[in-house]
Amino acid sequence: MLRKILPHPGLSALLILTWLLLVNDFKWGSLVFATILAICIPWLTAPFWPDRPVVKNWLAAAEFVLIVLYDIVKSNITVALIVLFKPKSQIHPLWVTVPLDLRTPEAITVLAGTITMTPGTVTADMSADGRSLLVHCLDATDADAIRDDIKSRYETRLMRIFE
Amino acid sequence: MFAEILVAALLVISGVFALVGSYGLIKLPDLMTRLHAPTKASTLGVGGALIASMLHAIVWRNEVSWHELLITLFLFLTAPITANFIAKAHMAEKLKSGDLPPTGTDRDWATLDMSEEPVQPEMTPPGQPGRPS
Repeated sequence: MLRKILPHPGLSALLILTWLLLVNDFKWGSLVFATILAICIPWLTAPFWPDRPVVKNWLAAAEFVLIVLYDIVKSNITVALIVLFKPKSQIHPLWVTVPLDLRTPEAITVLAGTITMTPGTVTADMSADGRSLLVHCLDATDADAIRDDIKSRYETRLMRIFE
Repeated sequence: MFAEILVAALLVISGVFALVGSYGLIKLPDLMTRLHAPTKASTLGVGGALIASMLHAIVWRNEVSWHELLITLFLFLTAPITANFIAKAHMAEKLKSGDLPPTGTDRDWATLDMSEEPVQPEMTPPGQPGRPS
């Protein structure tokens, strides 16, 4: 019964929180409306969510967020320096294939997003069977080093969080 | 006084990064490299302005403003997806399999894959019923 009303409890909680943050103030009326949204939206969108992403290790998730935030700041500075001071002829873009050990779609999505947000790399595509990611590097010469860095720094942590 | 300096410094830093991100669009040679400038340099640009805004609300108006956190969250959700779609459109228009490194698997990159098989990650181990699509 409860499962029918709340097919995705986590999503519902997130919706309530997001709505209250949007209102930017706590009022009981907003909470009531947030609850209505939190029941209606998961119910309407349930067909698009065949599985629930399961976070198995919240401590590892928190550590992952901090590492990614740190890397974002670092990558901003790296990219800014390349843009400002490296002559065009010395910038070597590079495509890298990253084979995936992750199998959960949600985890792969997080990994792809993380790669895009961090040092000089953008996720461009995934192989049609979901077994590897295509990553574009702004300025790099060693594809193997980039691949190993992504796998050891992000993928192993995501494995611990999701699988 | 200290807060004023901090807010001003954050605004200057974020302005510089946003400017560098835009300059990167002019300087970098092709679409894929240009994609790096706005996805990176501008996240810190926007981030700095948002932290400055939150600090300002706390110190001068004595209230906590939560909108900035939401903006950050939405930015982090949308920026990689936008970059991904621009990259995919570029691949479909301009690139062939030969321009890209091999996938290392049986199938080609999803954008270039012309087979009838559905494009999706292999979600369940072999031998178990597949999940609904």
